Amino acid sequence: MSAPEAPGWSPSDRELERRRVRARLSRRRVAAASLATVVVIGGLAAVVLLSPGWPRVRESFFDGFHARESLPAIVDGFWINVKMFLIAEPLILVLGLALAIVRSSRSPWLVPVRGLAVVYTDVVRGVPTLLLVFLFAFGMPALELQGVPDSSFFWATVALVISYSAYVAEVFRSGIESVHPSQVLSAEALALSRGQTMRHVVVPQAVRRVVPPLLNDFVSLQKDTALVASVSIFDALFTARDYANFNFNYTPYVVVACFFVAMTVPLARLCDWLAARVARRERAGVL
Amino acid sequence: MIEVRDVRKSYGDRVVLDGVSLTVETGDVVCLIGSSGSGKSTLLRCLDLLEDVDDGVIEFEGREISDPLVDPREVRQSIGMVFQAYNLFPHLSVLANCTLAPRKVHGRSKAEAEATARELLERFGLGEHVDKHPDRLSGGQQQRAALVRALCTSPRLLLLDEITAALDPELVGDVLAIVRDLAEGGTTMVLATHEMAFARDVATRVCFLDGGRIVESGPPEQVLVAPEQPRTREFLRRVLPG
Repeated sequence: MSAPEAPGWSPSDRELERRRVRARLSRRRVAAASLATVVVIGGLAAVVLLSPGWPRVRESFFDGFHARESLPAIVDGFWINVKMFLIAEPLILVLGLALAIVRSSRSPWLVPVRGLAVVYTDVVRGVPTLLLVFLFAFGMPALELQGVPDSSFFWATVALVISYSAYVAEVFRSGIESVHPSQVLSAEALALSRGQTMRHVVVPQAVRRVVPPLLNDFVSLQKDTALVASVSIFDALFTARDYANFNFNYTPYVVVACFFVAMTVPLARLCDWLAARVARRERAGVL
Repeated sequence: MIEVRDVRKSYGDRVVLDGVSLTVETGDVVCLIGSSGSGKSTLLRCLDLLEDVDDGVIEFEGREISDPLVDPREVRQSIGMVFQAYNLFPHLSVLANCTLAPRKVHGRSKAEAEATARELLERFGLGEHVDKHPDRLSGGQQQRAALVRALCTSPRLLLLDEITAALDPELVGDVLAIVRDLAEGGTTMVLATHEMAFARDVATRVCFLDGGRIVESGPPEQVLVAPEQPRTREFLRRVLPG
């Protein structure tokens, strides 16, 4: 860290010497990090590449021809995953936050809703997501309800929203409960109503705190959109499976895996950056 | 014991310490006074190596500790620091707060660390609160606990950063009584304070900081009673009653 040169001041010889030492120390750290990386990655690569079955695995999982052949169909399928994720995510956030607020509310009128919210999170979190997808995608259209779509895409998305909103509600609730009581107290002292306190004081702080665990759930959701392959929706995974079964080659699975990784990594970095920015702004000058 | 020469520290383009020099001998009680933002806290944090200085040299017991090759944790083992906002660990009881560093850093046994901590807590009137968590204590009690936490490692130098600023007046006395006790016992201390009367009583030397510089420094009867610098006079006129 070098300080900006202010007018009328130039670093002393001792400081320049220290900066050289600091630079040397940081170079040494970079070198150690690089060495450790090379050793670890190299070791892992050696284990895989030198394994007896590697030639066969490479043929059936990492075949360039099949990767190229299956790519267009997988891109089309992956678009379904992306679409499903983009539709489900905001709905989950809204539903999850609503559930969390209902559960933390003290209004007597909301007591029955609060009970329902408790049951909802308990039951939904207990049922495997895959099962929910089955139940909704096959069961709901069979009800032949009027005025709602009966496509399996629609109901599979509903299943994901229901499943994930239960998790996200609990994340939000733990965030709301982690806000120190003194904050509520000082909001009440300003004569804010309970709702205003939640809206302007508690929830904003809670949301900031739960961004990392929320991201965790969203990465998980991105991957779980692949569960809909089990109800014959032509998403990326179903497309890959279709291709693999037809050509006896598993390369498309690896291609799909790469797509999912490519989608989740930027989101993870974005959230790290957001969290760091909030921390910088709110904790500036506090040791 | 500690020697500061031409220390400079800036955050971005704001210069917080601008060529500060200060010598503290063993047994000295040095009071840093000055308005908020004058650099008192930053100076203390630099002494504890919680901040890297941008220039200048800090020596502790004859060794330059501002050297990047010095392990700050080793230096801090001989220095105790108490913060304005107590900074007790809320998830630990008072006793556990006080025994954490002696056990984990100084390698004392649990029994030994607890015996020392209990004795000090008892001495400072916290005997009945040892097993409580900090949130159950009043501000004054928390700050006394924080002082004990710093003392449990038997530091050779104690840094106190406006430790009474967050307390209400009737609790200030309890905390200052402890500091006075320590001062009379010969503990070397550097403290930032707004308590002028206290500074006059216990300080061996008072330094008035303004705009990141030590404007005036000397024995309390000189700096606080008959200051030479106009800025010191102006500051004292504002903070002293009457």
